[in-house]
Amino acid sequence: MDNIAGRKPALGWAVNLSVIFIVLLWIFPTVGLLVSSFRTADQIASSGWWKAFFPTEQTEQVRTSDPDDTRIETDDGTFVVEGSFYGEEGGPPISAWGVSSRDVSAYGPGDTADMGEGENLTLLEDGSYTWTGNDDQISGRGQRVFVTAEVPPEFTLDNYDSMLFGRGNDNISKAFFNTLTVTIPATIIPILFAAFAAYALAWMDFPGRALLIAFIVALLVVPLQLALIPLLKLHLSIGIGKGYLGVWLAHTGFGLPLAVYLLRNYMAGLPRDIIENARVDGATDFQIFVRIILPLSFPALASFAIFQFLWTWNDLLVAIVFLVDSSGDTTVMTRHIVELLGTRGGNWEILATAAFVSMAVPLLVFFLMQRYLVRGLLAGSVK
Amino acid sequence: MHPALQAVLTVGIGVSSAIAYFYLANMFLDKVLFPPRGANAGRNINRANMIRPWVFLFPALFALCLYLAYPVVETIRLSLTDRVPGGYEWAGAENYVALTKDPKFWEALRNNFFWLLVVPGLSTAFGLIIAQLTDRLSWGNIAKSIIFMPMAISFVGASVIFKLVYDYRPAGEEQIGILNAAYLALGGSEPQAWLTIPGLNSFLLMIVLIWIQTGFAMVILSAALRGIPEETIEAAIVDGANPFQIFFKIKVPQIMPTIMVVWTTITIVVLKIFDIVFAMTNGQWGTQVLANYMYDKLFRANDWGMGSAAAMVIMLLVLPILVWNVRQARKEMR
Repeated sequence: MDNIAGRKPALGWAVNLSVIFIVLLWIFPTVGLLVSSFRTADQIASSGWWKAFFPTEQTEQVRTSDPDDTRIETDDGTFVVEGSFYGEEGGPPISAWGVSSRDVSAYGPGDTADMGEGENLTLLEDGSYTWTGNDDQISGRGQRVFVTAEVPPEFTLDNYDSMLFGRGNDNISKAFFNTLTVTIPATIIPILFAAFAAYALAWMDFPGRALLIAFIVALLVVPLQLALIPLLKLHLSIGIGKGYLGVWLAHTGFGLPLAVYLLRNYMAGLPRDIIENARVDGATDFQIFVRIILPLSFPALASFAIFQFLWTWNDLLVAIVFLVDSSGDTTVMTRHIVELLGTRGGNWEILATAAFVSMAVPLLVFFLMQRYLVRGLLAGSVK
Repeated sequence: MHPALQAVLTVGIGVSSAIAYFYLANMFLDKVLFPPRGANAGRNINRANMIRPWVFLFPALFALCLYLAYPVVETIRLSLTDRVPGGYEWAGAENYVALTKDPKFWEALRNNFFWLLVVPGLSTAFGLIIAQLTDRLSWGNIAKSIIFMPMAISFVGASVIFKLVYDYRPAGEEQIGILNAAYLALGGSEPQAWLTIPGLNSFLLMIVLIWIQTGFAMVILSAALRGIPEETIEAAIVDGANPFQIFFKIKVPQIMPTIMVVWTTITIVVLKIFDIVFAMTNGQWGTQVLANYMYDKLFRANDWGMGSAAAMVIMLLVLPILVWNVRQARKEMR
């Protein structure tokens, strides 16, 4: 189709450019947070994340070493303090400097500042300085100097280190394991239940089958908000209370309609011959299901597993209603982040890092299993 | 015991007992209840086969009824009662009347209405445009992956991402939110606290959901576009249609049913939207929506009656889509 007459190259360029623009627009916010999670709190507060890749001009206030300890008397009676603001390890070349807060870049590297009455200070690009003057001038505290230098971009892993392994309330590793504990059973149990039900609805004949399918389609869109109070009440009255069992059961119930619907549609599309031949050969329904249907339905099972995994991992509402109690021992990551948003609203190094820890697993699953996810979406809605 | 170990153990017990249920129930049916032996062998096989579907269906049906069907009924009942110390008291329509007198409820309803107007439409439109643009592109799949990616990010994660975008620092300080930085660079007079500006802030929250849902719309519509028979497009090209005419007059009408499915699916997501508002503004500054209002009533004000009534309002709004879905599904079955 590409070389059919009427398709102008100009249009092709426009398409390429607009897609590039859209992709950048879409990925920009996420990149911002990702970059911020590798910057220190000071860096985040002092410049926007989009400036993180470029060297920044930073002006710092430094002092020369204490004259009373380090000054040296010269032959002509003046005193000299020599040293370097950077110490042994060096630093970025100094582009400008000054001795007064009113004009912090009055001098260039190598210039000598005349501070009156014979007091002089010379500062070189590499940070070394010479401060000369009489006995009175070179005494007391070190001379205050403002230095401006281009600081190269710098990134750190400290945020991740402190969020994952640090002490204190911000640490997210416990919430990470809690989320995992919620997610895995909440993915496996509905698949098991749904697979058997879907087989019955697809390949077994019994009165009321069509009605049951309609019932499940209806339940697909029932908002789970309705279920919160009645089920919490039920859980409290039968002794499950707030805990993992309750949240697993809730996720199972809420995930089942989609699971049954997806799997039934898929199983109903399997070739009839295989199943009828197996029946003729004397296979029971149980054998057909386990030996034939389950292996053949793997793509659909994988699709739903990814859905349910992403949904339970990213869920907030079900977890805060059915799981998280006042002790906070069972908090999940989404809840933890919402709490951080409240208490640490301005600490972007903490928020960004916590958000990315929680996103790492779903994004990994997403990029590895995208094929199945797309297939599941198509089966679930295009029907 | 280490929590991870405990979790593994619980998972193991739960999963294996579920498997055991299916296996044992099936065996019980065949070996004990209706053995295919003796005088009634034939009749027994038929009976066993009549019951077996229900054995397979039972756990799923039980969970569905308990976790979705029963709550609908119970919520109706709760919305008509008041919780008093030691029990419940019939309240009739009182909760609904109280709802209509609460200005926050009307604010939530109005906001939900705007969400419904903006989010499904824009997500579907963007999804359709991107699907069309990337269709013949050599690197289209990479572009689609990136636009689809927000689907994997939680609403809470997306809220954090966009809170940084909308971040506000007082005038004179370095702006670290890109929206304010861009606003100042383009000639804005002073930085704005975007999330506190009524009207605009709701729209800024909607952008988060559009950002997430566009990928979903794109994936499905892109598959639908691929499914269009090539002959119709070739015929249009031969007749001299330009690319815009092909898109709007040939392609879009043919995938209209899929567009409707995408639109209704996103509509349902919008009706239930909770996390984004909860995490970003918690309904302050005029951004309240129904689901968050309901959460407020249920768990902060502890008013189960009014909370249930608000939940019923959400259910009522979903109902037309529910009916439409069921009718579509039944049409297909025939």
